[in-house]
Amino acid sequence: MNAPPRPVHGELFTPFVKFLLVLWGLGTVAGLYRFIMGLGAATSMNDGYPWGIWIAIDVVVGTGLASGGYVLAFLVFILNKGKYHPLVRPALLTSLLGYGVAGVAVAFDLGRYWTMWRIPVSPQHWSSTSVLLEVALCMMAYTTVIFLELSPAWLESLAASQNPERARLAQRWLPRAEKALPFLIAFGLLLPTMHQSSLGGLMMMAGLKLHPLWHTGFLPLYFLFTAFTMGFGVLYFESIFSSVAFKRPLENRLLATLGRYVAGVILAFLALRFVILGVEGKLGLVFSSGRLGFFFWAEVLIFLGAAIIFLRQGALGRPHEQLRAALLAMLGGTLYRVDVFLVAYDPGNGWIYFPSVSEILVTLGLIATETVIYILVVRKFPILAGVTTPRGRDVPAGLTEGAAS
Amino acid sequence: MTMTRRGLLKVLGAAAGAAAIAPATAEARAARKSNPDDLGLLFDATLCVGCRACSIGCRDANGMPPDVAMIGGAPYDAPADLNGNAMSVIKLWSTEKETGYLKAQCMHCADPACSSVCMMGALHKGKRGVVQYDVERCVGCRNCQIACPFNVPKFEWAAASPKIIKCELCRHRWEKGKGPACAEVCPRGAVISGSRPELLAEARRRLAATPKAYQGGIYGETQGGGTACLYLSPVGFGPLGLPPLGDQPAPALVESVQHAIYQGAFAPLALLGTFAVVAWKNRHAATAAAAAEEDES
Amino acid sequence: MPHPEVAEPSVVTRRDFVKICTAAAASVGMPAWAGEKMAEKVAKGKKPSVIWLHYQECTGCTESLLRSAAPDLGELILDLVSLDYHETLAAAAGYQLEAALESTMKEQAGKYVLIVEGSIPLKDDGIYCYVGGHKAIDTLKRVADKAAAVIAIGSCASWGGIPSASPNPTGAVGVAQALPGKTVVTLPGCPANPYNLLGTVLQFATFGTLPALDDKGRPKFAYARVIHDDCPRRAHFDNGRFAQAFGDAGHREGWCLYKLGCKGPQTHANCSLLHFCEVPGAWPIGIGHPCIGCTEQGIAFNVPIHQNMPIERPTAPMAYPNVGGAKGEVGAIAAGLGGLVVGVAAGASYVASRKLNVQVQKAEGDQEKKP
Repeated sequence: MNAPPRPVHGELFTPFVKFLLVLWGLGTVAGLYRFIMGLGAATSMNDGYPWGIWIAIDVVVGTGLASGGYVLAFLVFILNKGKYHPLVRPALLTSLLGYGVAGVAVAFDLGRYWTMWRIPVSPQHWSSTSVLLEVALCMMAYTTVIFLELSPAWLESLAASQNPERARLAQRWLPRAEKALPFLIAFGLLLPTMHQSSLGGLMMMAGLKLHPLWHTGFLPLYFLFTAFTMGFGVLYFESIFSSVAFKRPLENRLLATLGRYVAGVILAFLALRFVILGVEGKLGLVFSSGRLGFFFWAEVLIFLGAAIIFLRQGALGRPHEQLRAALLAMLGGTLYRVDVFLVAYDPGNGWIYFPSVSEILVTLGLIATETVIYILVVRKFPILAGVTTPRGRDVPAGLTEGAAS
Repeated sequence: MTMTRRGLLKVLGAAAGAAAIAPATAEARAARKSNPDDLGLLFDATLCVGCRACSIGCRDANGMPPDVAMIGGAPYDAPADLNGNAMSVIKLWSTEKETGYLKAQCMHCADPACSSVCMMGALHKGKRGVVQYDVERCVGCRNCQIACPFNVPKFEWAAASPKIIKCELCRHRWEKGKGPACAEVCPRGAVISGSRPELLAEARRRLAATPKAYQGGIYGETQGGGTACLYLSPVGFGPLGLPPLGDQPAPALVESVQHAIYQGAFAPLALLGTFAVVAWKNRHAATAAAAAEEDES
Repeated sequence: MPHPEVAEPSVVTRRDFVKICTAAAASVGMPAWAGEKMAEKVAKGKKPSVIWLHYQECTGCTESLLRSAAPDLGELILDLVSLDYHETLAAAAGYQLEAALESTMKEQAGKYVLIVEGSIPLKDDGIYCYVGGHKAIDTLKRVADKAAAVIAIGSCASWGGIPSASPNPTGAVGVAQALPGKTVVTLPGCPANPYNLLGTVLQFATFGTLPALDDKGRPKFAYARVIHDDCPRRAHFDNGRFAQAFGDAGHREGWCLYKLGCKGPQTHANCSLLHFCEVPGAWPIGIGHPCIGCTEQGIAFNVPIHQNMPIERPTAPMAYPNVGGAKGEVGAIAAGLGGLVVGVAAGASYVASRKLNVQVQKAEGDQEKKP
């Protein structure tokens, strides 16, 4: 049914990539500014809002969007949906990049970034109560695990190498990697379950500073839910993006049946949220929270919209509907997480926060870097599977003009 | 794809099992109580006249430079709030009838959220219950600032090697037999220092002596699980900007939830084992099926 | 008819003398018993001998000393110290005067007090100032060598003063610089407040000690604090009430002169506490002019008189942060950029999904046509 993954090849410096490189350059300049002038000068972060978009977007939303690998591994290896196997490698690649970007963003954000290395090597100082420590260690471990999960990809390309020694090395390690895969997969599932939920746990400690519509003991579970919705969304988005960008066939039929599950997850999340609000006696706040009420309803409606479109596209698998649903699912999760970390967080005492130009440029630069590396890797390594479908289903010509690489 | 339903059931079963084990092994984390020799401050808002001797005394005792702000074109030592250059600040509060002052500094919670979230214990409870800072273990993540319900830990945003700055009750002066400088220099006794039980007794004495002068009892006696710094107010504590915290410290909730999930690593290990077994079985079945297909063809 | 006080030489009784000493001590903040002790010493004939040298200056310091009233200079010279050499005040002149200098140096060697007024030119081997046929630097070194104490009065003698102002054509320096290694009490000011000299000399005469000095040789009793610390207009500063221009409403109300260039916050001196010559308010800020920082090297004659300067030790304003005051800011450019990013992302998403729709429909249409 599906062909093995292969490198896409093709021209690297397309106009789109050049545009991304410009963003990368701007982000680099802004990043240098941060390291030379310090956090106070480069960012709008302050003593009231000590975490800005570098944490809320680059790390919390970024790793949420990097949950594609997580949900797909769950789907394929645990629920045994083998037909989605072709999507695994690209999903793992985006996960790796997403977590890598989060790591870089953390280095930008940490006030004493040069002491970062102490975290993994100082078990004698580890505080068992620190949720952030769990998140940090888990993310580091998970990044390693994804890298290993992807090892067949680079071992395969190594095996095809002209250098006989390298080829032999790859030949020897490939079977071992294959054998270790179930355990890697198990780790690759456990770790995100832990740290994606713990991201929510982080903001539990904010107590009264987080608006009661968002503050609950269920924050870890909610963050797990949003990791799923964002992960699924990214799966769809990536499939469509890569088929348009690399002129590959669309995988829309493959994705069509998945929609039901995604919609199920979203609806379960929404239902649970309202039930818990009811149990906690906060339902009245839904209508009496002013500006924040707007954000709450925006989350709910966006998720609801995503669920409806996911259900509707089920039979036909129309790619544009899939794209819309995917974008809404990603947006819903993004909005929820940004709300928890920034919008619904109010330290009081009159503090306000809006990201500075440097913060925005660094964030854009990191996203651009991530995208460029993705394009580079899929062109050079066997990541994307060339799914064979009828000719008429080939890439819609002309679409490449706008968003293509 | 007959595996689907079975696989799903297996996972759900395992997850339910893990969830069942977890609460059984994990107890809710109890709130930590203060010790009798915990050092603290008692601030009486009915006595403070806003002279700021405490702020200056704090500066001098801790060798901090003035926090310069331009007001109307002239530079003043005028921190707008606690910050990297100010560990004790006098703020103005007002109600419709009254105006008065509030001394802000670290509350030295009995069960501090800042040290609970701190990754490597840079903020930790030290001698006499003081929440103190060790820069060697700080990576500058600023989670303490998110966690503190009083917005006390402050970050040196402009520094090349930034630290967290907060009151440590002048612990560097203890060996000279001196207590917190703010209490030492206060001309009105509006802020006094002492052990927490002494301060509580003094606060109760004042409340009993002139009950009409005060409203809202003693802030910090139970709020947020109890703090070593206590407040008395003529107008209650809302106007003073002190948060209406419950009796349970935030770490008790968060650590209870986290412990429920991670206690003894049972749940994660159970989940890991389940994932590994299911993934291995599925893979085994898939390769077997593939082999069978090859045989057939 | 001549003025009686001038015409009739006063006969000072012992009681009068103790009174003078006590008043002198009081005027510089010493206790009454110090005055009595001084009177005892003087009664024993132990009046300190003083040699006063003038170099590059305007004699303003001597002039202001002449105008102090308690004790007035006559009393100071005749009763408290023995002023053995002073070019402006000596009755003698020429060789006679120079001879007085030589004899004092010989007779009082190691006991006399040297007071220097004016800066010392060092450029071109010190040729720019000669007195009595000798270069300033030569005489200074010779006299200072045998002095029990050296006091530099005025900014010129303390650090160079006006003669040292850029471009400093004569290479003028203060006494301390001209006499490296020697302890020099500096009393900067243009002119120096006479009471600061009086206090220093009286302490030396009575106790044989010099007052505690700061790192610039200034007596701490007079120069430890800045004008701003004790300024009578300080309340206006604390409340943010500033005269914005000479003659405006605030200026007439006596508001703070900081914005008109007052150097009070940087200037170490006690002018705000000890006004000149017992005339209340007789000092620059008292008459409505900003302090020009005359005691401070690097400010006086260097920074324009009306230029605003930062404050050395900022203090708290008479205003407090509110319990919930607004903090933090939203940059306009950042807000625009943020909006742009969100807008572009939303627009691109919509356009992409529309295009995808059109393309797919077209492809489906093509497929339907084919069979």
